[in-house]
Amino acid sequence: MNIVVCAKQVIDVSEIKVDPSTKKPVLQGVPLKISDIDKNAVEEAIRIKEKHGGKVTVLTVSSSDAKERVKELLAMGADEAVIVSAPENADYDVVSKLLAAAIKKIGDYDIVLGGEASIDLFSGQMGPRLAGLLGIPQITYARKVDAEKDKVVAERDVGDVVVTMESPYPVLITVTKEINEPRLPSLMQILASANKPINEWSMESLGVKELTPKMETVEVKGVSMERKNIVYQDDVDEAVEKLVDSLAKEGVLR
Amino acid sequence: MVLVYSDDEKNMLELIAKAKDVSKELDEKATAVVFDTDDESLAKKYIMHGADRVFMVKTGLNTFKGEEYTDAMEKILEETNEEVVIVGSTKNGKELASRLAAKLDTGCVIDCINLYVKDGKLTTERVVYSGNAIAVERFNSKPAVVTIPPKVFDPLPEDESRAGEVIKKEVKVDRYPSRIVDVKEMKTGEVNVEDAEIIVSCGRGFKKKEDIQLVEELAKVLRGTTGCSRPIAADLKWLSEDHWIGLSGHKVKPKLYIAVGISGQIQHIAGMRDSDVVVAINKDPEALIFKSADYGIVGDLYEVLPKLTNAVKEKMS
Repeated sequence: MNIVVCAKQVIDVSEIKVDPSTKKPVLQGVPLKISDIDKNAVEEAIRIKEKHGGKVTVLTVSSSDAKERVKELLAMGADEAVIVSAPENADYDVVSKLLAAAIKKIGDYDIVLGGEASIDLFSGQMGPRLAGLLGIPQITYARKVDAEKDKVVAERDVGDVVVTMESPYPVLITVTKEINEPRLPSLMQILASANKPINEWSMESLGVKELTPKMETVEVKGVSMERKNIVYQDDVDEAVEKLVDSLAKEGVLR
Repeated sequence: MVLVYSDDEKNMLELIAKAKDVSKELDEKATAVVFDTDDESLAKKYIMHGADRVFMVKTGLNTFKGEEYTDAMEKILEETNEEVVIVGSTKNGKELASRLAAKLDTGCVIDCINLYVKDGKLTTERVVYSGNAIAVERFNSKPAVVTIPPKVFDPLPEDESRAGEVIKKEVKVDRYPSRIVDVKEMKTGEVNVEDAEIIVSCGRGFKKKEDIQLVEELAKVLRGTTGCSRPIAADLKWLSEDHWIGLSGHKVKPKLYIAVGISGQIQHIAGMRDSDVVVAINKDPEALIFKSADYGIVGDLYEVLPKLTNAVKEKMS
C-alpha cells in the first residue's frame, strides 16, 4: 500500500500575539510546526503501512524551509519526504496544482491522506481540490479508516450523521483529529530517521510553469473583540450578587 | 447570475437572501439549486424567500455524494455561465465547493462571513488564525465559488407575491467508484446548541462526570442549554458531541454564554466569540477566558455555581 500524506507547515496559532494598537495579529517570529491534524494523517498512514506494508511518503509545499519539521514526520515512521518550494503568493489553487504535480511524479499511490483542514486557515479546501485535480474519489472528515486489501471503508463525520463510505484505490481521504493519537517518536527513532531521504523539488522540475493565484489577499485585519472585562475577585457571595444584577441589567435574565 | 446550493434547508434561505443582495450589485439574478426531489413546494418556498429561479435537478442519485454533485454543478455551470456560486458551509457543502473550484480552475473561499462587490470584484471576508484575524480576499477568476456558514445572514421574510421560475433539469453525471454504505444518525437530537439563546458551558475545571449536574442546574434555571469545551466531549466523553462548542465543534451565538471551568483556548473562543454577553467563572485569575468575557468571577466553581444558580432563581422569580 503506497500512501502519500500531504502535510502543511503552519505558524503555531496558539503562539500568535495581537498588536494592541492595530489589533492585527503579529505573524512574524511565530514558531512554525506541522499542522496538528496533518500529524493525525501521518499517524493513520503509518498504521495502514504497519498492517499492509508499502511505503509512506510525506509531501509538503512550502515557501519557507520545511526540512526540520518534516524530519519529525520521518521519525514518526514515514519513509521518505518530498518538499516542493512554492512561490510566496500561493493560494489554494497554486498549492493544489503543485501537490497534484508532485503526486503524479511520485507515481504509484493508493491513498492520498491529509488533515481535514490546517490549523492556521482552517478551510478544508485542499483535500477535495486535490482529489478533483487527480480525478479520484474523496472521503472527507473521516474519523475512522479501515484499509482493506482492495478497498477502504471509512466513516465520515458530517455532523448530524455518520456516513460510511467505501472506495477502491486510489482514493483521497482527509481525517479529523479524533481518528487517532499521533505517536511521539523515541530518541532511537529520531536518530534512525536521519538517513531517510528528503527530496527537494522545484516547480520547474515538476514541469509546472508559472502559476497565477486566483485569489488576491487585500488585507489581513484585526478582530475587534470588545468585551467589558469586568471581573469580580473577592467575596463569592458579593461577586454572585453583582453578576446577577449586571446580567439583569443586560436584559438576559427573563 | 448567482447560483445557490446548500444541503441544509434553513441555510439555503439565508444564502438566497445574500445571493439576492450580491446579484443586485452585479445586475444579475439569484438561482437556487435543488437536487433529486419532486417536492415542488420546496422550490416555491425558495421563490417566496427571494429566489428568481429554481433549478430542480435530477442526477439519478438519491442522496448527496461529493464527486457526483460536483459534476452536476459543473455541468449546470457550463450551460448557464454563472458569475458567482454560493454553497452552504456544511461539511458536504465545503467538499463540494472545493472540488468544484478545482474542476472549474477558479478560486474558492470557505466560510465567508461577508461577501460584497468592491471595485468591480467579488470580495470576501473570513476568520483566520483561530479567530485572531479576518482575511479580506478578492477574486481574480470566474466563477467565484464561496461557502457561507449557517446563521451568518438573515433570510428574507416569506412573501407570497414574489414570482419566480421553476426549471426542471436532468443531468447525466459521471459516476465514481466510491459509494455510500451506511448512514446513521449520530445525535440524540435533544440538544441544539446552535439555536440556543442561553448556554452554560463546562470545561476541564470539572473533576468528575457527576459534577456537570451543577452546570445543568444553572442552565435549567436560565431556561438555557448545556454546552462544553473539547475535552469534555472529545476526550472524556462526559457529554455527547452535540454539546461541543469550538472550532471543530459547534459555533454558537447565544444572547448569554456562561463558561465555567473553561480556560479559554482560542479553539474554544472561535466557537463562542459571537455571543452577545459572555460570563466566565474560573479559579485562575490569569485564565485566558477572562479576556473574552464581559463579566467574570474568580473563584472555585464548586462554590460559585450553586450560589449563582440560587441567586438567578431568586432574581427571575
